[in-house]
Amino acid sequence: MVSLADLDREKEVMTWCPGCGNFTILSALKKALVSLKVEPHNAVVVAGIGCSGHLPNWINIYGFGGLHGRTLPVASAIKLSNHKLTVIAQGGDGDGYSIGIGHFIHTARRNIDITYITHNNQIYGLTTGQTSPTSPRGTVTKFTPFGSLEDPLNPIALAITSGATFVARGFAGDLEQLTKLFQQAISHNGFALVDVLQPCVTFNRTNTFQWFRERVYKLDDGYDPTDKVAAYRKALEWGDRIPTGVFYRVKRRTYSEGLPQISKTPLVKQRIGNVDIVKLVKQFM
Amino acid sequence: MITNKLSWKIGGEAGFGIMTTGYIFSKACVRAGLNTFDFTEFPSLIRGGHNTYQVRVEDREVHSPVKSVDILVALNRQTIELHEQELTPGGAIIYDSSLELERKIRPDVKVFAVPFLDLAKKAGGERLMVNNVALGVSFALVDFDLKTLLKVIEETFKDKGKKVTELNKAAAKEGYDYMRQLKPEFGHRLRKAKTMNRMLISGNEAVALGALKAGCKFIAAYPMTPASGIFQFLAGYEREYGIIAKQTEDEIAAMNMVIGAGFAGVRSMTCTSGGGFSLMVEAVGLAGITETPAVIVEVQRPGPSTGMPTQTGQEDLRFILSSSQGEFPRVVIAPGDVDECFHETINAFNLAERYQIPVFILSDKHLGESRTTTKVFDTRKVRIDRGAVLSDAQLRRMKQFNRYEDTKTGVSPRSIPGQRHGIYTATSNEHGESGIITEESEDRVRMVDKRMRKMKFIEREMPKPHVYGSPHPEITLVCWGSTKGAAMEALTWLLRDHVKVNLLHLVYLNPFPSDQVKAALDDGQKILLIEGNATGQLGGLIRENTGIEIGHRLLKYDGRPIYPEEIYDKVKEVLRHG
Repeated sequence: MVSLADLDREKEVMTWCPGCGNFTILSALKKALVSLKVEPHNAVVVAGIGCSGHLPNWINIYGFGGLHGRTLPVASAIKLSNHKLTVIAQGGDGDGYSIGIGHFIHTARRNIDITYITHNNQIYGLTTGQTSPTSPRGTVTKFTPFGSLEDPLNPIALAITSGATFVARGFAGDLEQLTKLFQQAISHNGFALVDVLQPCVTFNRTNTFQWFRERVYKLDDGYDPTDKVAAYRKALEWGDRIPTGVFYRVKRRTYSEGLPQISKTPLVKQRIGNVDIVKLVKQFM
Repeated sequence: MITNKLSWKIGGEAGFGIMTTGYIFSKACVRAGLNTFDFTEFPSLIRGGHNTYQVRVEDREVHSPVKSVDILVALNRQTIELHEQELTPGGAIIYDSSLELERKIRPDVKVFAVPFLDLAKKAGGERLMVNNVALGVSFALVDFDLKTLLKVIEETFKDKGKKVTELNKAAAKEGYDYMRQLKPEFGHRLRKAKTMNRMLISGNEAVALGALKAGCKFIAAYPMTPASGIFQFLAGYEREYGIIAKQTEDEIAAMNMVIGAGFAGVRSMTCTSGGGFSLMVEAVGLAGITETPAVIVEVQRPGPSTGMPTQTGQEDLRFILSSSQGEFPRVVIAPGDVDECFHETINAFNLAERYQIPVFILSDKHLGESRTTTKVFDTRKVRIDRGAVLSDAQLRRMKQFNRYEDTKTGVSPRSIPGQRHGIYTATSNEHGESGIITEESEDRVRMVDKRMRKMKFIEREMPKPHVYGSPHPEITLVCWGSTKGAAMEALTWLLRDHVKVNLLHLVYLNPFPSDQVKAALDDGQKILLIEGNATGQLGGLIRENTGIEIGHRLLKYDGRPIYPEEIYDKVKEVLRHG
């Protein structure tokens, strides 16, 4: 039986700011893995660069801390190499929606069976506060002293458009809901996005826990997440009321399912000792 | 009469099957037991440009194309305008009689104006069949066996159905008969030679075949000339051989995927050219610090930037050697011919896994896309060495598994995700032995030393550079990678002239074989550096590592391969003038 303690790396010193929303994300991820009975050695978490990039150091599963913005290609290849593994990619809004946006779109349309968690705090934290692609127009930072001139992008709508087959939004102030969303995302067979509203307590003085608590609400049982048009409508809702929960969910063949060469044996388990190339050599004669 | 020594070239508009036609000519020669070297030139467009395919044929091994042409087949006027001057005196020009020529053709060559289209139509074919007419005409001119040609045509078109195949064959026969009844007098002929186990293969195909043999299971790449052939080949055998060939959104994704797959325990590679590699550079360092095996094939073309997309060059050596920030071990291998492409690719995979490092295969358009005849690759000595991967039992017995354990060789035994007792985190940050990030100076120094220590051990087992030719030379030729072919040819010609000459050819460029290079160049002889770049990059490396400054240089950077004639003439000049 896997327990929460099995996932702990107690010895390591945690360096997130007190009150950071990342703590909730880490807890929810551990709880989700335990509840789904995923054994630690069969799970891999891939991180990018940013405050969230430290997460693999504090959870006892296989981890890969890669480059800024490149979590999804690494995670995709791990999944294709061994599709028996549970693969989770996670990073910040700068990592995923700015420098890594191209990979986000393409991984979604490929429907590679991985879970992608974004720590969306609408700011660059680790570089001490610059605007991110989800910062509102007018955000004043050291890099935009006269206010940013760009409109934020909409990760939920973009994910649906790009072909993600599971699209959800969570809030780092609600551990219970977040855990459930992670469970569903990990169980989903296909590319699953959970965009987590995760207030940065140090550099974002606007979108605080309090700010979100006054606005977030949960999509209720009457909402049909298989209705793509309804999903778009909900995705566009942002302001006084911010919906959370599963926006969109659909069944579609995953990338791995289109590869007969791994239908029986994962790539990593296939023997490579004595590949016979005689037939191929003949082709050149 | 010259037997079995011929340089044949066909030129025409892009999009009209020049490449296939040249390939058929070459393959027919190989089937007759002859050796060929094929050289193609084409611009970076799909239709309307000018394409050529040149085949050099001999009954001994050939290592490069030559500048001169004995038969020029012109399907368009441009071929005559651009290549007439390459013809040897007494050579032949075969052109489409419907072409209106603006001036007279050289008086010292034989001219055959052939009604290509009429002959194709007579055979029941269309405009596209004129290429086969040209093949028939060419083979009749050199009195070569028609049956061999027809058989290769049949094999080439068999996927297009019987009707197409028969029409193509009929067109070839029509051309053959036409030339036969002219009873031409010509100074070259081709005869069947002793049949041997030979293959006609390009460098790209040889690299792909090597990767397959090495057990590569994953290739990720973005399309880029002239490297795409490698990916294409492997993609074709994806299902049969259990490979995943992933075309990615860009080269950044490709390189990061290669690392993901390597981390997950499969042999993985990418292929690209300089521009694409520029995008991969950051991730090369990621492989370096996470100690993830990766094989990167860079097929060079002239830069900077888009440069000349379909031409050749050797300009990226220095770039590859120092690509990515920081210092970490890497191996750079530049094969010189198709046989080396095959075997060195296998070595690259073994080295990458044994030392947990990025390993580069540095090729170029000339090597990658030129087909050449070679002995069937000898796979008897091929070994797959996956390096130190811990078994489940070994991991279970360990008190604590430290992924980056400081060892004597610098290589730390690794685990593969999915192994119960092998859990660790790999990270792009500096880390301690366990893998957890650190900024302590002591950890940092230990990890840098551990990683760099590998280079010493790689150096010890690295194959020595090859030296060909005279033991006591008055002049030594020095080159690397694909320039080997032209240098070997020139060497043969010079030795025939009783010049005391040898050739130092470098395949392994990092770690740099300083001692061997020093020994080979320290004889008081003259030295000629031959490279496909403007700055003499290998020359600089030699000076840096040995203190030897090479006095004579043949540097070519016009996008074309170095020809043996150019080396031959340069050597004669150096010996004459000192």
